[in-house]
Amino acid sequence: MSGQTVHADFSGHMLDLDEDEDLEVFSKNTSLADGSPMPNSPSSMVNQYRLEEEEEQEQQDANARDLFVSVDNPESHVTAIETFIMYRVVTKTTRSEFDSSEFEVRRRYQDFLWLRSRLEENHPTLIVHPLPEKFVMKGMVERFNDDFIETRRKALHRFLNKISVHPILSYSQHFKVFLTAEELMSHRKQGPGFLSRMGETVRAVANSVRGLRSRPEEFTLMQEYVDDFSNKICSVDKVTQRIIKEQREYLDELKQYSPTYSQWAGSEEELAEPLRGVASCVERCGLETEEQIQHLSEVLVPALHEYVLCAETLKAVMRRRDNIQVEFEAKNEALASRRVDQEALQDEVDVLADRVELANNALKGDWSRWQNSMRTDLKSAFLSTAEKNVEYYEQCLAVWESFLLSQRAEPSEQNAGEDAS
Amino acid sequence: MMMADSGSNEEVAVIVNTDITSTESENNLINTMVERGTALLRKMEINVAEAEKRTGKNTVNMQETYTVYLIEIRPAETVPEGGTPATPDTLWRRYSEFELLRTYLLVTYPYIIIPPLPEKRAEFVWHKLAADNLDPDFVERRRVGLENFLLRVASHPVLSNDKIFFLFLTEEKGWREAVLETGFQDKVDSRLKSLSAMFRVKNPDKRFTALKHYSDELNTVISQLLRVRVKVADRLYGVYKVHGNYGRVFSEWSAIEKEMGDGLQSAGHHMDTYAASIDDILEEEEHYADQLKEYLFYTDAVRSVCRKHELIQYELEMVAQDLVHKKQQKEELATGTVRIFSLKGMTSKLFGQESQEQRESRLAALEQSIQEGEEILKEKNTECGEFVQTAWEDIERFKEQKDKDLREALISYAIMQISMCKKGIQVWSNAKECFNKI
Repeated sequence: MSGQTVHADFSGHMLDLDEDEDLEVFSKNTSLADGSPMPNSPSSMVNQYRLEEEEEQEQQDANARDLFVSVDNPESHVTAIETFIMYRVVTKTTRSEFDSSEFEVRRRYQDFLWLRSRLEENHPTLIVHPLPEKFVMKGMVERFNDDFIETRRKALHRFLNKISVHPILSYSQHFKVFLTAEELMSHRKQGPGFLSRMGETVRAVANSVRGLRSRPEEFTLMQEYVDDFSNKICSVDKVTQRIIKEQREYLDELKQYSPTYSQWAGSEEELAEPLRGVASCVERCGLETEEQIQHLSEVLVPALHEYVLCAETLKAVMRRRDNIQVEFEAKNEALASRRVDQEALQDEVDVLADRVELANNALKGDWSRWQNSMRTDLKSAFLSTAEKNVEYYEQCLAVWESFLLSQRAEPSEQNAGEDAS
Repeated sequence: MMMADSGSNEEVAVIVNTDITSTESENNLINTMVERGTALLRKMEINVAEAEKRTGKNTVNMQETYTVYLIEIRPAETVPEGGTPATPDTLWRRYSEFELLRTYLLVTYPYIIIPPLPEKRAEFVWHKLAADNLDPDFVERRRVGLENFLLRVASHPVLSNDKIFFLFLTEEKGWREAVLETGFQDKVDSRLKSLSAMFRVKNPDKRFTALKHYSDELNTVISQLLRVRVKVADRLYGVYKVHGNYGRVFSEWSAIEKEMGDGLQSAGHHMDTYAASIDDILEEEEHYADQLKEYLFYTDAVRSVCRKHELIQYELEMVAQDLVHKKQQKEELATGTVRIFSLKGMTSKLFGQESQEQRESRLAALEQSIQEGEEILKEKNTECGEFVQTAWEDIERFKEQKDKDLREALISYAIMQISMCKKGIQVWSNAKECFNKI
């Protein structure tokens, strides 16, 4: 893993100055890939990052990953108070930060929620992949329905994998704890608690009331994109859901064909054979349709859904970035008003200024990373769908062509064929 | 079974031309009919070439709009190379005139399964628009159906020789009078009565009973099939059209993306193509539905032949029964024994025997009645026998025709499905290429 990206968010974060992971990371990578000394200014670092971004992606892909995570084996866990699902999380890694090369732990959904919220707290302007939703609103799916559990498991798996390939997030201490600690509850209780988080929220609200003075151009463009993207991805998601609905209704009607043709065949002599042939063809096409619907539900829908949730994440990231800027501006204004203790305030303002710069850089860095990821993921989902559809029509084509062949054959040939088969 | 092994990956040998269009397959059907060279078809080619809207005053002096159809007759000789085909003789007929012709045929040839007309009003329609009698698609399909009807009659060994049919094709003005002059109207009323009458045949002909059952079965199953088809078509339409939304959304989305833009945009176009393709697909399927409908309506004709036979059989039984009765009466009168209760017998018991003269005159009357009865019985027997023979000939002919036609229909349905699949493969392959560029 190359070093440049790491600096984007070393912690000046007001809450987590004692977070080891950031400092650790910082001190480890004291030089850039080309051996030149580490630059001082954040902006030049960003430029560096941008230039080498493409390379880095390729490098990441080409390099063997040194951290592999999987989520499987959902099991029902019953206690006196509640019933919930525990998932097995298996980690394989060569990273030296880890005491061992393999870990296996059991985690529940709440644990994932905890992990994600910690990651977001520590890296407010990084784009942390979303988790599957808590509840399924539509369809009234029972919480512990098999399909629901499987869908959730896949999404949790994807979530952890997204984190594990993230150049910054994968080095998070919380992430490590999540992957390795036998029992997570004790860790969950530590660290900034509910109250301090509350404090942050209150501050954020207070700041937002004040309003943003001027958002840098590029973030304005980013915001516009985020809003548009959110609209579009939601539309694509809706269209896809609608297609599945229509396909299901089509299949229901289609299923009436075969028994009718069979019934007809029962009262015919010469016609019985071709009629049964058609009945069989229609039935087979029905099965292919079922498979196609399933594929849509299992491949395209989850992918689109993930990015619908991503869009919300992006909006939150934009908000948090804005808040950081607002906080700085508020203090800065106070400084300029000369009504307060200048020296003390100057230090605070400097810290906040750095914070803004780092937040912006973190976002910028992660932004193109996210866009590439989005492009890759959705491209793959769309490709898979198109391929499946081609396959669907090819299968149906084969079914009908074979029927045609059986009809075009001479009766004597046909009998011979039947004897042979 | 030569039916496809679903998972088989072997290349199936190239299928005979599956790119046949519906018009081609329609022509195939017509060609097979023409091949059955009747004298009439050896002489002339028949087409229902066009349809036109007319307005006029109807019988109650109200303005109405109706459609007329152009019948073209051409001499059947082949045109020499480079020569121009002869100009056809033409006349215009409206649907009600076809109906009149058919009623005439029904009444005149009760032992023949008379080909049906295309439906008067569109039934089993999947799209409400096509239910309008003036809808161009409906009119077009009706034109094809009317041509089909004429060709079926013209290729029938018995019906093709009918004079009224010939006049229908050749005499625009005087035809109506000619039909009415045949006096078939009287038979229409009695026919209606017979068709609705309830009666019981003592010794039903097993073959006809079986045929009636078969006809009812066929009617049920084809109706069911047509109903299902409408629902399936409706749903499939929905599936395809919703994909059109992808077109719109991808286009909008492509506007905000840099790298993904081109791929999304072009994929969107293919989605639009996919959505639009369903219209042609379902239009073609209407043709298959029409082929099924023809045989649905045929079942009515079959049923009425069976019914007519029942009536004749019943009348025969009545005549025979009557004769038996009369013969018994004669025997009693002759021998003096009263086996059968008769009023005469009772009154003679009560009021004394009748005179010798009276008895003899009664015997003579009975004798005559019996003779007449035997004549009638002979006639009826012959009539019944002839009916059964000619009807059964036509039924065998019909069965063969039905098997052939419906098999062709199923094949053309398969061809349609194949065409639809090929289009699907094309569109989604193209879309895949576009997604690859994302």
